[in-house]
Amino acid sequence: MAISFEIPEKLRQGLQMTEAVAKGVMRGEARRLDEHEHERPATFISLMWPVLREQQKRQLDRQAAGGPKREGLGTLNLNMVLTFEMLSWGDVGQTLCMPMALLAGAAIEAVGTPAQKERFLRRFAEGDAPVWGAMAMTEPGAGSDTSAIQTTATLDPATNEWVLNGEKIFCTNGKLALDESNGIVVVWATVDRAAGRAGMKPFVVEAGTPGVTVDKVEIKHGIRASDTASIVFRDARLPYENLLGSAEVHRTDGTTKGFKGAMATFDASRPLIAASAIGVGRAALEFVKDKLAAEGIDIPYDRPYHALSAVQRDVIEMEMQLKAAWLLTLRAASMLDHGQHNSLEASMAKTKAGKVVTAITQQAVAILGPLGYSREWLVEKWMRDAKINDIYEGTGQINTLIVARRILDYSSRELR
Amino acid sequence: MFSLTPTDEQQMLIDTVRRYATEAVRPAAHDADERGAFPGRLVQTGWELGILPGSIPESLGGFADEYSAVTGALAYEELAYGDVSLALRLMTPALVAVPLLLAGTDAQRARMMEQFLGETPPPVTAALLEPAISFDPLRPATTATRDDEGCYVLNGKKASVPLAEGAASILVYAADAETGQAQGFFVEGGTPGLTVGPREKLMGLRALPAYSLMLENVRVDPGQRLGGEAGIDFGLILAHSRVGLAALAVGVMRGALDYAVNYAKEREQFGAPIATRQAIAFMLAECAIEIDAARLMAWEAAWALDQGHDARRAAYLAKEYAAKAALMVTDAAVQTLGGHGYIREHPVERWLRDARGFAAIEGLAIV
Ligand SMILES: Cc1cc2nc3c(=O)[nH]c(=O)nc-3n(C[C@H](O)[C@H](O)[C@H](O)COP(=O)(O)OP(=O)(O)OC[C@H]3O[C@@H](n4cnc5c(N)ncnc54)[C@H](O)[C@@H]3O)c2cc1C
Repeated sequence: MAISFEIPEKLRQGLQMTEAVAKGVMRGEARRLDEHEHERPATFISLMWPVLREQQKRQLDRQAAGGPKREGLGTLNLNMVLTFEMLSWGDVGQTLCMPMALLAGAAIEAVGTPAQKERFLRRFAEGDAPVWGAMAMTEPGAGSDTSAIQTTATLDPATNEWVLNGEKIFCTNGKLALDESNGIVVVWATVDRAAGRAGMKPFVVEAGTPGVTVDKVEIKHGIRASDTASIVFRDARLPYENLLGSAEVHRTDGTTKGFKGAMATFDASRPLIAASAIGVGRAALEFVKDKLAAEGIDIPYDRPYHALSAVQRDVIEMEMQLKAAWLLTLRAASMLDHGQHNSLEASMAKTKAGKVVTAITQQAVAILGPLGYSREWLVEKWMRDAKINDIYEGTGQINTLIVARRILDYSSRELR
Repeated sequence: MFSLTPTDEQQMLIDTVRRYATEAVRPAAHDADERGAFPGRLVQTGWELGILPGSIPESLGGFADEYSAVTGALAYEELAYGDVSLALRLMTPALVAVPLLLAGTDAQRARMMEQFLGETPPPVTAALLEPAISFDPLRPATTATRDDEGCYVLNGKKASVPLAEGAASILVYAADAETGQAQGFFVEGGTPGLTVGPREKLMGLRALPAYSLMLENVRVDPGQRLGGEAGIDFGLILAHSRVGLAALAVGVMRGALDYAVNYAKEREQFGAPIATRQAIAFMLAECAIEIDAARLMAWEAAWALDQGHDARRAAYLAKEYAAKAALMVTDAAVQTLGGHGYIREHPVERWLRDARGFAAIEGLAIV
C-alpha cells in the first residue's frame, strides 16, 4: 500500500450522476418540502428506487449464490460517503428518505443469518413500490443512554413468539417503513431488564404487524422532509426468527453480541452522517463564496494573515474545517473497506463533522446578513438542517466520550 | 485507490526516525532548550539516519526512486515528536537541497547536490522570513535588482535564518525588481555587504540557532539565481515548505497529547484520576481529533504535491490548520498539568512555546 487520496475513476463517474440528481431534482424541491412538512419527496424517491433496488438485488443474489462478499479491496463504504455527501449537498431531508434498508439493513447484514437476510431484505430488491427500513432505539427515557431502554420483548413459550411492549420515539423513516410501505423496523428491546446492555436485542418488526402503531410524527427545526416517528408496541407478536443474533444473555462481561452488533452498525453509519453533514456544509460554503464573489470579494489562499479581511478569514476557516472533517470521514469509511476496525475513527469523523458544519452553516447565515436570514435562499434552511448531525447517531458529546475512552483506554464504567 | 497505509519502506523510515526521536532526542530536549543548542553529536547521529540523502533521487546520487513530499512529511512528524528545534536544525540543509531539486537548473544541481550526500551536514541555509509584522513570503521586501553587468544586487533584512553564522552558502529569497516575484539567490558566506546579525532571542525553538541577516548591495552572479534565467515558481517551493511545517506541528502535538494522556491517568485529585472527569477527558479527545485532522490535511497536500497537482491551496490550508491545532493541543497539554504544566521541569510549556512559532514562521522547514 501507499498513502493515496485518489478517488477511483469509477466512483467519480457515479458521482456525476448523483450530482445531477442533487442539482436537478433535490435543490429544486428543497424549499417547498421545507415549507410543507411531511410532504414526501416523490420525484427523488421514484428516481432512487430503481437504482437502490438493483443494488440490493445484486447484493442479495451474490450472497444467495454463496459467492464471496467482495473480491479484493472494496470501495463500498467510500462510495457510500461520497454519495451521501453529494445527495446531502442537494438536500439532507430528502436524502434521508432514500427508499432502502439503510440502518435496518446494516443491523441485519451485521448479525443476521442468510435466511433472515433473504426474508427481510428481499423486499428492498423487488417490486414497483418503494420500501423503507428504519431503526428504533431511542425512547422517551433513553436517548444517549441506550442501556436504559424499557421496551420489553418477552418470549411466549406457547407460540414461540416474542411479545413486544413499549414506546420508541424519533424513529427516522418509521412511518414510511410501517405505514407507507411494506418495510421493516429494527427495534431494540430488552429481554432482561436487570441485565442492562446484555439484555438488549434487535428485533425485526414488519409492516402490518398487529399491535404496532405509528402514533405521531414530529414537527422539526430542520430536515423537515424526513419523517421522525413515534412507534407504540402493545403486545405486538413477532415470530421467534425475527430476533437478530442469539437470545442468550451474558451477564458477566456486560455486553453481548447483540449490543456489539448495534455498535458495529455505528461504525458504518457514523461516517455516513458525517458525510451528510459535510454535504450541507459544502453547499453553504459554496453559496457564500458565490455570493461574495458576485460582490467582488474573492478568497485568496496565498496571503498572510494581515492582508485578509475578517470575512476572508472566516471563509478560509470554514473551508479548512470542512476539509478536515471530510478527510476524517473518508478515512473512517475507507478503513472499513480495508477491513480495519474503525470505531474510534468513525466517532472522530462524526464529532468533527457535526460540530464544524453546525458552526459553518451558522456562520454562513451571519456572513450573508439579512439575505442569509431570508427564506428566499436556502442558507437558513441549511443551518437548520445541519444541526441534526450533531445530535443523532450519538450526540457530539457521546462521540467525544467514545474517542476519550479510546485514547485513555477507559471502559464505559471508568469514564461516563 | 484511497489508502492511508505507508509503504513498507516508509514504515521503516518512520520506525528508524521514531527510535532516534524517542531514545536520543527527547531525553536531550530539555537541556537543549535551556542551553540554546543540541549537542553536536546528537545532530550528527540524526544526520547519519540519512533522511535527506534518502529523499534525493538516484539520478542525482541519492537513494530515492523519486522525490516524495509524503515521505518527507512522515519523517518530519517523527522528528518533531522528538523535538521541533532539533528537527529544524537537522533538516536545515534541506532548505537548500529541496528547492534545488524542485527548481534548480541542471548545472546548479550538478554543482551543489553532492554536498547533501556527504557524511556531515553541509553548512548551508536559507533566508526567507523578514522582520516585519506584515511579512508576505510571496512578496518579500528584500529586493534583487540587476546592475549594468547583469549581476543581481540584493538589499534587505532577513530574520530567523537558521545556522546563518558560519554558513558557506545562504539561499536568499528576494523580490525580483522587474517582476516583483519572489526569487532565490545563492549568496556565499562572506560576500561583501552580507552581515550576519546577532543570534535571535525567541520565545520557543530556543535550541535552534537562528540569526538576523542584513543585505546591503550584495552582488551575486546571474548563475547563482535559483532556476537560472527562468527563475522559480516560488509558490511551489512555499507549498512544500508549508507541508513540512504542518507535519512538524503534528509531531509536536502528538508528543504533547501522549504526555498529557499519561499524566491525566496518573494524577489524582478528589479521589480519582483527573482523566476520569469529562472536562479533562473531552479536552484530550478533542486534541486527538485535531491531531488526526491536521495529519490528514498535511498528507493530502503532500500527496497532491507528489502527484504534480496544484497543491498551493491544500498546502496553505494544511499549514494554517496545523498551526492553529498545535497551539490548541499544546495549550490543552499545559492545562491538563495545571500549575505543574507551567513549570519548566515538564516539557509541556516548552511545547506550547514551540507551537506558537508555527503561526509566525514560513519557510523554516521543507519537504
Ligand atoms: C430528527 C431525529 C432523528 C432521529 N432518528 C433516530 C432513529 O432513526 N433511531 C433512533 O433510535 N433514534 C433516532 N434519533 C434519536 C437520537 O439519536 C437521540 O435524540 C440522541 O441520541 C440524543 O438523545 P436525547 O435526545 O434523549 O438526548 P439526551 O440523551 O437526553 O442528551 C441531552 C444532552 O446531554 C448530553 N449527554 C447525555 N449523556 C451524556 C454523557 N454521558 N456525557 C456528556 N454529555 C451527555 C447530550 O450530548 C445532550 O447534549 C433521532 C433524533 C432526531 C432529533
